[in-house]
Amino acid sequence: MHTYNHFVSKGTVKGCVFIALFAILLGVPLLANAEGSVLDKVKERGVLVCGVNAGLPGFSYPEQDGTWHGFDVDFGRAIAAAVLGDGSKVRFVPLKAAERFTALQTGEIDVLIRNTTWTLTRDTDVSTDFAPPTFYDGQGFMVPTELGITTISELAGASIGVLSGSTTELNLADTMRALGVDFNAVVFEENDTLYGSYLEGRCDVVTSDKSQLVARRQAFKEPGAHVILEETVSKEPLGPLTIHGDNKWNDAVSWVVYATFFAEEHGITQANVADFKSDNPEIQRFLGHSGDLGEKLGLSKTWARQIITAVGNYGEIFERHLTPIGLPRGINKPWTQGGLLYAMPFR
Amino acid sequence: MNMDEHTQHIETLKPPATQGVVPWMKENLFSTWFNTLLTGLAIVFLYVILKGILTWVFTEANWQVIPANLQLFTVGTYPRAEIWRVWCILTLLSALVGISAGIWRGLTFRVSVGIACVLLCLAVLPFELTTRAGFLGCALLMAAAFSLIHFTKQWHPGSQLRHWILGTWVLSFPVMMVTLHGFGENAVPTTNWGGLLLTLILAVVGIVLCFPLGVLLAIGRRSSLPAIKWASTVYIETIRGVPLITILFMANLIIPIFLPDVELDKVLRAMMGITFFSAAYMAENVRGGLQSIPRGQYEAAQAVGLNYRKTMQYIVLPQALRSVIPTIVGQFIALFKDTSLVTIIGLLDLLGIARGVMSNPDWLGLQAEIYLFAAGIYFTFCYAMSYISRQIEAALGVDTD
Repeated sequence: MHTYNHFVSKGTVKGCVFIALFAILLGVPLLANAEGSVLDKVKERGVLVCGVNAGLPGFSYPEQDGTWHGFDVDFGRAIAAAVLGDGSKVRFVPLKAAERFTALQTGEIDVLIRNTTWTLTRDTDVSTDFAPPTFYDGQGFMVPTELGITTISELAGASIGVLSGSTTELNLADTMRALGVDFNAVVFEENDTLYGSYLEGRCDVVTSDKSQLVARRQAFKEPGAHVILEETVSKEPLGPLTIHGDNKWNDAVSWVVYATFFAEEHGITQANVADFKSDNPEIQRFLGHSGDLGEKLGLSKTWARQIITAVGNYGEIFERHLTPIGLPRGINKPWTQGGLLYAMPFR
Repeated sequence: MNMDEHTQHIETLKPPATQGVVPWMKENLFSTWFNTLLTGLAIVFLYVILKGILTWVFTEANWQVIPANLQLFTVGTYPRAEIWRVWCILTLLSALVGISAGIWRGLTFRVSVGIACVLLCLAVLPFELTTRAGFLGCALLMAAAFSLIHFTKQWHPGSQLRHWILGTWVLSFPVMMVTLHGFGENAVPTTNWGGLLLTLILAVVGIVLCFPLGVLLAIGRRSSLPAIKWASTVYIETIRGVPLITILFMANLIIPIFLPDVELDKVLRAMMGITFFSAAYMAENVRGGLQSIPRGQYEAAQAVGLNYRKTMQYIVLPQALRSVIPTIVGQFIALFKDTSLVTIIGLLDLLGIARGVMSNPDWLGLQAEIYLFAAGIYFTFCYAMSYISRQIEAALGVDTD
């Protein structure tokens, strides 16, 4: 009995002390709701805080050594390189879809690069501003090759696997109604069960963003046994987001994206940026050899060079992360090659 | 009754001993035609299931993903350059556990043996050699600390030493949190805490804080003061009426919107959610114990002149808590597993980081292996907790029949 008395009083006293110390030590550092641009806050803090996906093949995932890797992650590093001169001065915060906008609104993160589709509602209601899309995705369909299906209209009566609560699910319904095709939607909560069930034959077709279909197919035992249909049924322009109304910060983020486009257009790469010589005045302005473009953005003179030194141009980022998972460049090519990537003039 | 009679009496009561495998099987598996049929069916069933599982485990599964990402599973995205902080904590804890085992012996000793076993298990896992040496070192340190106290003090440990160690335990928690977080340039924000480390932190904080809170709430609910009684009841019933997911979402999404000027850490918010949630359930468990104490105990305590606090502290709570230990531990185990829900607010605990690994293009499509590994870890810890609970029950003589 004695032991137990001891135990009880110990537990209670310990608990009270814990609560008190805990509140003092970890708790509530008051933050003055600072006016002014996020750009200044990031400079002051010396670290960029970037919201990313907790795990999306090719775009954002933790690597074995505990660092974040991926296409979206590299754009976070590009912004850090432009603002702070060092692509490693960035802290990545993994976010779920439901909390991503709140995290941005409450200032928990400075920029959100989490495969977020640019839509009218998100641009207006959610009080966020978009920077130019870094990746043009679109919803597609994957079917076993042996079915011999080539177009969506042949999918009559098929059971189609789709993630619940996603825009993909809504797009699927819209598309099929427009085509007048009957189908059964088989709804899943997460990607692993979705593709697992597809492989087990519990649904005939699986629909998702094409980038994800390609990445998943790459991991199948027999990738050749599945075909991704040509048609794309939705537009999914994915890009960085900043808080609504902070034009200075949005400008900086936007031009970081343009800088990666521009560098690819003109063949400026991570390897040759240090001693890239050109008589083209625009390139000279871009590299900071002349003009005051960096100053106008609130960045250093060599901001663009810092970006390319840290992560390379758009093509290099793409080849580092998306080519290995089997994604073709598609429309994510410079406009000079018939793609959609179009850097605004550096003037 | 003389001695001979007594022995004879016992011997006649002894059950006939069955010896050997065959008689045992005959009696237990094939005693009637119906049992034989059931045995046959069970064997076929087991064969089919086991064959499938074992074939998969030994021939099809790609287990390389586990050793390659072991560090990720253990500490998540915690910067590798700062990993010494985790070692500091582990060293401190090992020493403390060892010393405590030497001082209190008995139950504490048995618990510490369990912890040492977990450390040795970790040392066997395919970590880098230095890491495994580290785990082994911690286990040895624990043993050394224990021996130091155990063999040097032939004397009974003075209560002074006990108080010092208790104080160190209380202080160790904030010290550990600060060590993990660090200051200035090299500070490791909680968004980088992950893997098993985060799971354990959330679980330990939840368990340590929800217990006293739950006891207070339970006493509050049985209080004769209406304000306290109603406040406790409303709190308990409200929290119990809401799923944990909702509470975590509220903690994560609503608090920052309501309090835009206060920046509460994300992990701290999750801790608060888990603690407040568990406290309500804990309160109900403890209330069950309180209700089982007969009225006579209170009256007897009053009769010997104890006031309310002393009645509770020395008479009622020890008996009440003792009778609900299994429920409380069940609650702790549930809490440990519930911490995995923090993935939905983007914290990368063991399960969250497991999902992250699944998205690495190098390891796509290996979810079965990864989930199985995570399940193994959860099982190990939950089983250890239930083992400790049985040790506590045995030490307190609950239900020793």
